[in-house]
Amino acid sequence: MKDRYLTVTALTKYIKRKFETDQHLREVWLRAEISNFKQHSRGHMYLTLKDQTSRVSAVMFSGNNKHLKFTPENGMNVLVKGEISVYEPVGQYQLYIRQMEPDGVGALYLAYEELKKKLSGEGLFEEARKKPIPKYPNHIAIITSPTGAAIRDIITTIKRRYPLVKLSVLPVSVQGPHAAPSVVKAIQHANELDGIDVIITGRGGGSIEELWAFNEESVARSIANSEVPIISAVGHETDYTISDFVADLRAPTPTGAAEMAVPSREEVQQHVQSLKRYLHRVVHTEINQSRQRLQAMQRSYAFRYPAKLMQQKEQDLDRLMEHLQRNVNMSLERKQEKVGNLIQRLSQQHPERQIELSKVNVQQLTTRNQRAMKQELGSQQQAFGQLLNKLNLLNPLEIMQRGYAIPFTSDGSVVKTVQDVQPGDSVQVRLKDGVLDAEVRGIAEEDYNE
Amino acid sequence: MSEQAQQELSFEEAMKQLEELVGKLEEGDVPLEKAITYYQEGMKLSKVCNDKLTRVEKQMEQIMNEQGEFEPFTVQEEE
Repeated sequence: MKDRYLTVTALTKYIKRKFETDQHLREVWLRAEISNFKQHSRGHMYLTLKDQTSRVSAVMFSGNNKHLKFTPENGMNVLVKGEISVYEPVGQYQLYIRQMEPDGVGALYLAYEELKKKLSGEGLFEEARKKPIPKYPNHIAIITSPTGAAIRDIITTIKRRYPLVKLSVLPVSVQGPHAAPSVVKAIQHANELDGIDVIITGRGGGSIEELWAFNEESVARSIANSEVPIISAVGHETDYTISDFVADLRAPTPTGAAEMAVPSREEVQQHVQSLKRYLHRVVHTEINQSRQRLQAMQRSYAFRYPAKLMQQKEQDLDRLMEHLQRNVNMSLERKQEKVGNLIQRLSQQHPERQIELSKVNVQQLTTRNQRAMKQELGSQQQAFGQLLNKLNLLNPLEIMQRGYAIPFTSDGSVVKTVQDVQPGDSVQVRLKDGVLDAEVRGIAEEDYNE
Repeated sequence: MSEQAQQELSFEEAMKQLEELVGKLEEGDVPLEKAITYYQEGMKLSKVCNDKLTRVEKQMEQIMNEQGEFEPFTVQEEE
C-alpha cells in the first residue's frame, strides 16, 4: 500500500508532461484584456490575461518583449501568441507569451492601406507637388506635443546647428481622439502667421495606434493644402505614416527633421569663406592680366624706338601720297573718258539729222496731200455735175418758158393752196416776162382729187 | 547700397546676392571696373553673412497659448 501514494512533485511533473504533449497547448492564440501588469527590473513582464468570466496568468520574458512597439498597460485589449505550461514551484499553469500586439491593429492597418491608396490616386503623394524647403529659414514653426522627447530633440538640434533661426512652438495633442483636429488647426494657424518659412510636425516613435493621428485623412489634407513647406517627422526610421507621404519632406526622426530644416552654421561659414576667397582670386587675376597687358605694351617696339616709329610713319606717308596721286590721275582719266563718251552720244542727237529726216517727211506728206486733193477735186466735180443736171431738170424758169405763172403773197412766199390767202389779199403773179399786181376778189375751193 | 540697408538684409538675402555676384564673375568677360565693383560689393556681403553667423543674438523659443498668443518657452530638461 506504500507505493500507491504520490508526492506533490510527482503529481505536478505528471500534469506538466501532459500539457507539454498536447499540441493545442503548444501554440495558443488569445484575445484578452491585461490586468495585474508588472514589469520586473530585469525586463520580464508578469500579467494576468482575462475576459468577462475567466483569467489566466502569463509571463513575457525580456527576450521576447524587448522589441515591443507599445507599452502594455492594465485595461488594454491585446492579441497574444504563446504556449501553455506549468510553473512547478506553485503548481500553476500559465501562458508563456512570445508575441503581443494591441487588439484592433489589423483594422487600423487595413484603414491605413485604403487611405494610402485613395490619396495616392488623387496625386497627393506626387513629387511635383512637393514644395522646396528654404535653404536659410528665418522662422520655423514646430507642431508637436510641448512635452516629451520630440520637442526637446528638435529644439536642441536646431539651436546647436543654426542658432540664427527663430522657433515658435504650436502645441498639440499627438495621441488620442483630440490629436488630429488639433494638428489640423495648428497647421492652418501656422499658415496664417507672418514670416513662417517652414513647419516641422511630428512626434516620437510608438505603436500604430499611438501614431494614428498622423494617418488621419484630415491631417493629410491639411498638410497637402499648406502653403508653407512642411517637414514630417513621425515615429522612427521604419515607421511610415500617411503624413510622411504627403509632406514636402519626410524625416526619419524628429532629430532628422531638425537637421533637414536648417543648414550647419560651420558649413555655411566655410561656404562664405570660399566665396570670399574666390572674389579675391578673380579680382587679383583680372588686375594681374591688365598689368601684364600694360607691361607688354610698354615693352613693345613702338614705345622703345619712337624715332624709328616716326621714320616708319614718314615712309607710310610717302607711300600714301603716291597712292593718292595715282588714284587722282586714274580718276581724272576715267572722267575724261566718260565725257568723251557723252560727247559722242550727244553728236548722235545732232538736230541736223533730225532736220534732214523732217524734210523727207514733209516732202512725202506734201506729195500725199497733193494726190489726195486731186482725187477729192475730181470727186467733187463729178458730184457737182450730177447736181447741176438735176437742177436744170427742176428749174422753174424752164417751165415758165412754156406759159405757166407763179403767184406770190405780199411777203414773197409762193401761194400753193387757196387756204394761203383771204379775200382782199394782194398777190403778185410772175410770168416769164414780168409781174402782175392783182387782188383776190373771191375764193372757190375745189377738190381735184375726186 | 547704404550701410544701413545692408545691415537690415536678412542672412538669406545676403547669401543670395553674394551667390549672384560670384555667378556674374564666373561667366567671364567682365570689364575690369565692373569686376572691381563686384569685388567690393561681394566683400561687403560676405561681411554681413559672417557677422550674422558669428554674432548671433540669442533667439528665444516661444510657444503659443490657448489665446493664440506667444509666450517664452523653455524645453524641459531630460530627467
